[in-house]
Amino acid sequence: MKIGIPREIHAGEQRVATTPDVATQLQKLGFSVAIESGAGEPANFADSAYAEAGVEIVSDTRALWSASDIVMKVRGPEQHPELGIDEIELLHQGQILISFLWPGQNQSTLDALAAKGITALAMDSVPRISRAQKLDALSSMANIAGYRAVVEAAQHFGRFFTGQITAAGKVPPAKVLVIGAGVAGLAAIGAAKSMGAIVRAFDTRPEVKEQVESMDGEFLLLDFAEEGSGTGGYAKVMSEEFIAAEMALFAEQAKEVDIIITTALIPGKPAPELITEEMVESMQPGSVIVDLAAEQGGNCKLTEAGKVIVKHGVTLIGYTDLPSRLAAQSSQLYGTNLRHLLTDMCPEKDGQLVVDMEDEITRGTTVVKDGQITWPPPAPKISAAPAPKPAPAPAPVEDKKPSILGPILTFGLGALALFGLGLKAPPSFMEHFTVFVLACFVGYMVIWNVTAALHTPLMSVTNAISSIIIIGALSQISSGEGWIVLLATVTILIASINIFGGFAVTRRMLDMFRK
Amino acid sequence: MPQGVVTVAYIGATILFILALGGLSHPETARRGNLYGMTGMGIALIATIFGVVTDNYTLLILALVIGGTIGLVLAKRVQMTQMPELVAILHSLVGLAAVFVGFATFSDPDMDFVGVEQTIHDIEIYVGILIGAITFSGSVIAFGKLSGKIGGNPLILPARHWLNLSLLLITIWVGSAFVGQSADGGGTFPLLVMTLIALAFGVHMVMAIGGADMPVVVSMLNSYSGWAASATGFMLSNDLLIVTGALVGSSGAILSYIMCRAMNRKFLAVIAGGFGTTSGSSSAASGEDQGEVVPIDTTETAELLKNAKEVMIIPGYGMAVAQAQHIVHEITRKLRDNDINVRFGIHPVAGRMPGHMNVLLAEAKLPYDIVFEMDEINDDFPNIDVSVIIGANDIVNPSALTDPDSPIAGMPVLECWKGDTTIVLKRSMATGYAGVQNPLFFLDNTRMLFGDARESLDKVLADL
Repeated sequence: MKIGIPREIHAGEQRVATTPDVATQLQKLGFSVAIESGAGEPANFADSAYAEAGVEIVSDTRALWSASDIVMKVRGPEQHPELGIDEIELLHQGQILISFLWPGQNQSTLDALAAKGITALAMDSVPRISRAQKLDALSSMANIAGYRAVVEAAQHFGRFFTGQITAAGKVPPAKVLVIGAGVAGLAAIGAAKSMGAIVRAFDTRPEVKEQVESMDGEFLLLDFAEEGSGTGGYAKVMSEEFIAAEMALFAEQAKEVDIIITTALIPGKPAPELITEEMVESMQPGSVIVDLAAEQGGNCKLTEAGKVIVKHGVTLIGYTDLPSRLAAQSSQLYGTNLRHLLTDMCPEKDGQLVVDMEDEITRGTTVVKDGQITWPPPAPKISAAPAPKPAPAPAPVEDKKPSILGPILTFGLGALALFGLGLKAPPSFMEHFTVFVLACFVGYMVIWNVTAALHTPLMSVTNAISSIIIIGALSQISSGEGWIVLLATVTILIASINIFGGFAVTRRMLDMFRK
Repeated sequence: MPQGVVTVAYIGATILFILALGGLSHPETARRGNLYGMTGMGIALIATIFGVVTDNYTLLILALVIGGTIGLVLAKRVQMTQMPELVAILHSLVGLAAVFVGFATFSDPDMDFVGVEQTIHDIEIYVGILIGAITFSGSVIAFGKLSGKIGGNPLILPARHWLNLSLLLITIWVGSAFVGQSADGGGTFPLLVMTLIALAFGVHMVMAIGGADMPVVVSMLNSYSGWAASATGFMLSNDLLIVTGALVGSSGAILSYIMCRAMNRKFLAVIAGGFGTTSGSSSAASGEDQGEVVPIDTTETAELLKNAKEVMIIPGYGMAVAQAQHIVHEITRKLRDNDINVRFGIHPVAGRMPGHMNVLLAEAKLPYDIVFEMDEINDDFPNIDVSVIIGANDIVNPSALTDPDSPIAGMPVLECWKGDTTIVLKRSMATGYAGVQNPLFFLDNTRMLFGDARESLDKVLADL
């Protein structure tokens, strides 16, 4: 089948759906690849590089669209500025379109695609299951957006991120607050941290605390019990009390931090407002807010989508095209995501795409199948976060209470036994007994210090020294009784096997332990 | 030699023995510790020979020379993989010696006491022989099991707990009969009866314990041999024996405790035996189809290892069986030359006796500072690129943590599945000693390299 890569027409879009590297691998799967002339230019991939990779360069837009079996794009279809028609009009029945489509927000696009008899796969609808991670384009784009958000913030922030003590005085490190620790948030934490800032992060889902800490960020905890994990690993809408507590935390943080990066999004809903105008006012002049949710209305009401503005001395960055601003990187990752999708859908590696609606990934990604709208898909079977487990039975809790009766009983019985012994036994026995008990304790103390690696030598050396029993036989060998002498001789013989064998083998083993 | 000098020599020997054990806290000091042990033994022997022995020097020297030669030859010839067997058979000798000394003391006409002292002395003899006999027969059976002369499966007699209990009661009853008769100069017959019962008890006890519990058994017998020496010390009124026996006894007891904790098993449950045979709900579940395993060949394994930055090798008993430790060392050296950080993770019960794996790796001249205990490295697994599991199974079984019905539930395991890729070297898909299926093999990031560990690793080495 033939894959066509048209030039992106959205204003400012610099990404491209495949790179020369990815195209080479697509051809290995049996596909032939064609690209519209100049499609890779904004992302610094020249036509000649594609041609070298065996990609056909097509200069006529219409010819490319009509000759392709599969059309792969970054942005969904829209009005073509040069041809004057919608890109959907360029498609014909039986073609497969793969791009970001946002089916939740773009019902009309879905209808139009269905009317054309198209099969459409939305890269934003890849189910969030572990098998599909390698084709999760949202994650790869979010990762880039998070990184770029920090770069943009640094661009507009008038100070260092890292703290320094220089001959010209002390520079405090920048404090960064990241709200929403999804893929973008974590990428932002990592980038800001590696530039030397102090990074704090907040998320409604407590399970991401570990991930934040793994990036060396500080996780801000809310003293409030409500879980924010929705299905599919995304966040859900929280209760009012929770939001009040959350807002108080942000208000307090806003006075302190220099940079706020917000990434809070709830699927299919307008972005929650987290940073109020008062909070912006309370920030230090020169501070920066990067609002990654600007396209969905913004986590801060003051941000304007696609623009950088200054309000109350605070720079508000509302770019909606952050991945596109890192076009070469995002094209490469997006292209690889697409390739993984095609690899999954082309099991025979014969260049034939199979839309298998039984497959969980294909089912979730396909939003229009042969003119039928198949969106939304059934809920994913396995959520990225484990389903809440039923509370364990309360019974085992009781066992865990340390019973004071046990030790008392043990010590009581021990004391009684010793008391009884003291009453009956002769003093000579008690002397030996004292030695015995003390020796047990000495042994206990000494042995706990033995390293686990030397347990085998420990056994062989204790074996050797326990043959001190030979002393018993030695004291009996001078007896007058013939058969006692015999027994003693045999005992000396076997005990000396042990003494010499034990020490020698221990020595042999210990000699092997070398640095 | 006056008695005082002998006593002083014994005190010196005691101190040297304690230093010998204390030295084992680190490989560097352990060699010196062993020297202390030998010196202590030498002092004690010389003091006794010159201070206590008055006759029969020829026999004594002859026995010492013959025994010593046998011991040295054994120590020189033994393969490191056979260490558990050697230790077991040496334990049995201590037990046997305790029995002989006990009988000799009993027949010794010089040992004459009256009243309570006589009773205590009789009890000391009785207990000394009892422990000695159990140690002897138990160690012989353990030796047989470890060397493969006796099958590794637990032998479960019907009503074995009642059998053990009744043996214990009979022993106590015979004991009281012995003390009664001994006061009148008799008692040989009850003593013989008890010895036979103790021998049978030792056999039965070890027969009932399965292969995977052998580390506990070996350390338990180690403990018994110490108590036997201690009991002999009581009957001879010799503090050196008492102290040394107590040291050894507590050493073995602590080892048993460590081993039990490493398997999350109660000591009594191990001794009661029958591990791996109980048919719980999960052994039925283990028959279920758990999914498919992904095989891998040696070339791919070599490729994976070459591209890794952090490699963890987890050896198990299978490495000892295949004698693969030298090749493992070769591979390790090659990888380390390529700046790949190779480390070893050792589970406390890997192998057939405590510390078995460490000795094998040391034999292959692996530096001990890249060999780590489970507790030291278990948190590092998320950073590991490739874990290589050589002939281990239960110690890397995730169901110990996830499946509360599993027979090994709660046992601490090496969490290798948290790394990027796990390569399992295995002869076949058979279950481990616990008889539990291992879900690790069916994980997405696990690759199975089937075949004899030594041959497979040989090929991997060639591909590197």
